Amino acid sequence: MCLGIPGKVIEITDEETNLGIADVSGVKRTVNLTCVAGCGLQNLVGAWVLIHVGFGMAVIDEEEARETLRTLHELGDAQEELFAMLAGDQAVQGH
Amino acid sequence: MQLVDEFRDARLAKRIRADIEELSTKAGADETNPLQIMEICGGHTHTIFRHGIDKLVPRSIEFVHGPGCPVCVLPMQRVDEFLELAERDSVILTSYGDAMRVPGRNGSLQQCKAAGVDVRMVYSPSDSLEIARKNPDKQVVFFGLGFETTAPATAISILQAAKEDIANFSVFCNHITVPPPIRSILEQADVSIDGFIGPGHVSMVIGTRPYDFIAEEFGKPVVVAGFEPLDLMQSVLMLLRQIVEGRVMVENQYSRVVTRDGNPVSLSALNEVFETRPSFEWRGLGEIESSGLRIRKQFAEFDAEERFGIGYGSSVTREGYRDQYPCGKVMIGKLKPFDCPHFCKDCTPETPLGALMVSSEGACAAYHQYGGFQ
Repeated sequence: MCLGIPGKVIEITDEETNLGIADVSGVKRTVNLTCVAGCGLQNLVGAWVLIHVGFGMAVIDEEEARETLRTLHELGDAQEELFAMLAGDQAVQGH
Repeated sequence: MQLVDEFRDARLAKRIRADIEELSTKAGADETNPLQIMEICGGHTHTIFRHGIDKLVPRSIEFVHGPGCPVCVLPMQRVDEFLELAERDSVILTSYGDAMRVPGRNGSLQQCKAAGVDVRMVYSPSDSLEIARKNPDKQVVFFGLGFETTAPATAISILQAAKEDIANFSVFCNHITVPPPIRSILEQADVSIDGFIGPGHVSMVIGTRPYDFIAEEFGKPVVVAGFEPLDLMQSVLMLLRQIVEGRVMVENQYSRVVTRDGNPVSLSALNEVFETRPSFEWRGLGEIESSGLRIRKQFAEFDAEERFGIGYGSSVTREGYRDQYPCGKVMIGKLKPFDCPHFCKDCTPETPLGALMVSSEGACAAYHQYGGFQ
């Protein structure tokens, strides 16, 4: 919840509500990009963002993103975060 | 030092370690009279233990694991108040996984789910909002939890619900803020913390300015830090430099993400949706003035306390919940987990009595898992 995980924005899906799809370690997840949309929503495609509870909270550079992901994966934190994302999807589906 | 070799830059880590050793000696600290450094954030506590940084630094440095784990400081009463809703018909309760295990008097959210209540573990408040859209005949209530890092997500979800006029979505708000408990700790006469490692992701939202009072009013140095092991080592070194050179200021080690003024969009959403509560209870620390956020009257229909008359919205007096365990003393550096009479005896991660055993970011759970036994 507090740790956050880097994801790469791959497309913008809803300009009005600032939604996009991010690739987080191979998992595609809808993220809300309101907090990082200052420099133009479309400019975020291809950028790395630090994602907390489904919201992009800061734009980070690629090296920072990869290094953070490496550390998160090493210690199992990334897996926990991805598990939480899948659990969220299931909750929406009614589980 | 096997662990140092696993760092991103092992040579740099070794050099920082040597510098920390040299400067802590210069500062006059030793094993019997260590410098106390408080890492405020639970995420930092987690990193310190997972990477063994507490064992990497010389014994003249003692980490005090501060109040920055929102699950740990969540009062048991708030879980009970939320679960009052379970008795109503047509309610779906949603929560981050982190809060599912927190024991209330009548069990945890997880236990209620096992007993048949519709409690769903979500990743994001936007999942909760989506559940509300899909179930218009049910009241969907989100257990809002966390510091300034997660509060903007809750705020933006409420703004979205208002925009779409989603009438069956509300938030049971437990959001809290970092600066007030630090002030409260510093105002206690017997606290002897020498410096603070400031939280990285909270500061990404609020900036570094809100910590100025720690340096200006209380004369204690602050370094806002990132979450990698090297970040924490570097931050300890930056604190030591301030101490040895007689400087007292707020420095930013995590400038890759944190700015002086924070994230303007997040701050604006926080300000639009939330206002400060006169006081909020912290498990282990008691009531702390102006430390919690509540939903503004303008958005009252999305405030579960107002909508259902629970929690601070209830007329029933809040009392009789005081913790009889010494968790608060651990959080301010007056007691080590292994000196607590309950630690690993009747208080374990499986059966937590006190707050700090509940979450993996809690100091006691971390000591239990990573061998803080002494």
